[in-house]
Amino acid sequence: MSMDRRDFLKIIGLSTVAGGIGGAGLLELRKGTAEASSAPHGRNKGSGSTLAMVIDVRKLESPDQYKRCIDACHKAHNVPDFGNPKDEIKWIWTDDFEHTFPGAGHEYVAEEVEKKQFLLLCNQCEKPACVRVCPTQATFKRASDGIVMMDYHRCIGCRFCMAACPFGARSFNWRDPRTAPNLQNPANLNPKFPTRMKGVVEKCNFCAERLREGLEPACVEACKDTKAIVFGNLDDPKSEVREMLRTHYTIQRKPELGTNPRLFYVIGG
Amino acid sequence: MLDKAIIGGSRKYWTWIAFLLTLAGIGTINYIRQFQYGLGLTGLSRDVTWGFYIAQFTFLVGVAASAVMLVIPYYLHNFKKYGKIVILGEFLAVSAVTMCILFIFVDLGQPMRVMNVVLHPTPGSVMFWDMVVLSGYLTLNIVIGWTTLGAERKGVPAPKWVKPLIYLSIPWAVSIHTVTAFLYAGVPGRHLWLTAIMAARFLASAFAAGPALLIILSMIVRKVSKFDPGKDAIQALGKTVAYAMSANVFFFLLEVFTAFYSGIPSHQHSLVYLFSGLDGHAKLVPWMWSAAILAFFSLFMLIYPGLREKENLLSIACVTVFISTWIDKGMGLVVGGFIPNMFERVTEYSTTLPEVLITIGIWAIGFLVLTILYKVAIAVREEEIA
Repeated sequence: MSMDRRDFLKIIGLSTVAGGIGGAGLLELRKGTAEASSAPHGRNKGSGSTLAMVIDVRKLESPDQYKRCIDACHKAHNVPDFGNPKDEIKWIWTDDFEHTFPGAGHEYVAEEVEKKQFLLLCNQCEKPACVRVCPTQATFKRASDGIVMMDYHRCIGCRFCMAACPFGARSFNWRDPRTAPNLQNPANLNPKFPTRMKGVVEKCNFCAERLREGLEPACVEACKDTKAIVFGNLDDPKSEVREMLRTHYTIQRKPELGTNPRLFYVIGG
Repeated sequence: MLDKAIIGGSRKYWTWIAFLLTLAGIGTINYIRQFQYGLGLTGLSRDVTWGFYIAQFTFLVGVAASAVMLVIPYYLHNFKKYGKIVILGEFLAVSAVTMCILFIFVDLGQPMRVMNVVLHPTPGSVMFWDMVVLSGYLTLNIVIGWTTLGAERKGVPAPKWVKPLIYLSIPWAVSIHTVTAFLYAGVPGRHLWLTAIMAARFLASAFAAGPALLIILSMIVRKVSKFDPGKDAIQALGKTVAYAMSANVFFFLLEVFTAFYSGIPSHQHSLVYLFSGLDGHAKLVPWMWSAAILAFFSLFMLIYPGLREKENLLSIACVTVFISTWIDKGMGLVVGGFIPNMFERVTEYSTTLPEVLITIGIWAIGFLVLTILYKVAIAVREEEIA
């Protein structure tokens, strides 16, 4: 009897926990910095890790660098591009300070910050509103590392998650994504990641499929030279993300809503 | 009893049925197109993900819940004047919930997977509960309406087991609208929706719009058949509409006060968009002002007894209540919640022709169900008279 996708993911999650290494653990291990005892403290009891990302926007200077991250992600995940805003699907994109952090600005914001572009993607919230509202558990938080994932085969396309997500991170396939112009050339397709069908919601998955192979998320890898995106285990005090959070002043999008985003920004200083 | 829907239909009746079937057919053809192409056939986008369909759904849940405005006086307070009319309320609820279910169905991206909601029940999701309460309410009203009418036809009292179901239907009616309000009031980050008074507003507008429609329907029934729901019943319902519409407008003004006196910009943006436009976008402004003017006009007509007691004026008041709440609770509430978006940018929404035709098709199916059920009820009543 074949197992369904959920069971499969559970097994993957459990086996990484059993092995004492979560998704991020794999990464750290690869870099030779993993701690065998990187036990979670308090939150996410019984799980392996909590993956998080720190984006140091000071280090992303040119539009070209942002574009590299975006292109890498959208190519890795076969994200359709219909070339119009109505059908738009995006996993990672940029916006300015005012619209990335609504309510956080004022009229005298430093010009450098005001004009800066910020990378936007799913916040991988600790308490995701999208997961809470989903009537079928098609979107769910993986126990092993806290990634908020999508089961494209279960989603009924009600779009309640899109109404609930305070970060506008989710896109809907308003039409058959496989007909998108950018996916017509087989050379542009990543055979390792499934294309979707019409009528389902999709979003950033923190590159769960790449983590499984011991790779970093595509966006992290694409701007590796700038060291602008740091990715790792929030539960490991010695991880690079924790080091960044310890040594820099970081902000989150809409922290007042209590979803606890796992995406942090270093914006200056 | 269903045979009465076919037997003895006048020429007018069959013309009406044919007309509704045509509209339903046009809607179905357009739905097939949407099914093949995807929801991109509508005006919806990444920023405004719910629109005309969900607006109709939200409004009609209210119409369905309003049957309780007849059930409470008749069954709990022994208000005999509603004896003849209560069946019309129950059958209206059946028709309205049918439309609600259809509007949800056509809004799904993957309608063939709709049973996933049952296969993977998720008590943490308000939408799961909405499905539970709506299907329960539909069943309750079909069973209650059919059984009481069947008993009446045979000239015997309704079986005893119906009574507990009738009592159950009262809190159940409240629940369908409360749960529907929770769809909106429970999501973080959409300021127009994130309000504790949402469920109360929903109930107030429901108890205005539903009975208003019922008054109009009663007047039509009286005109096309020998069955008269009664002047007193209609007048009593008119008072319900007056009170409920007053509460509805009052609750809305409470929202306006909190948003503007507190001075918090994010709480004002959606209201500003709806009533005066935001960042140069103002598609809904004429609609919202129409709703507001109609609301105050209807209140004037309803509150002053001298006007309300004249039946043709009451019918005008009811039509204005219906249109006003349809705009406000439909497009205003649903689309307004998505504007501005999560980045405080404005992406507007307008319906497309297929979307409108599908919507009209579902309303036609709803009226078809209503016509058939009312025809049966009227036939039973006419037999009694004869």
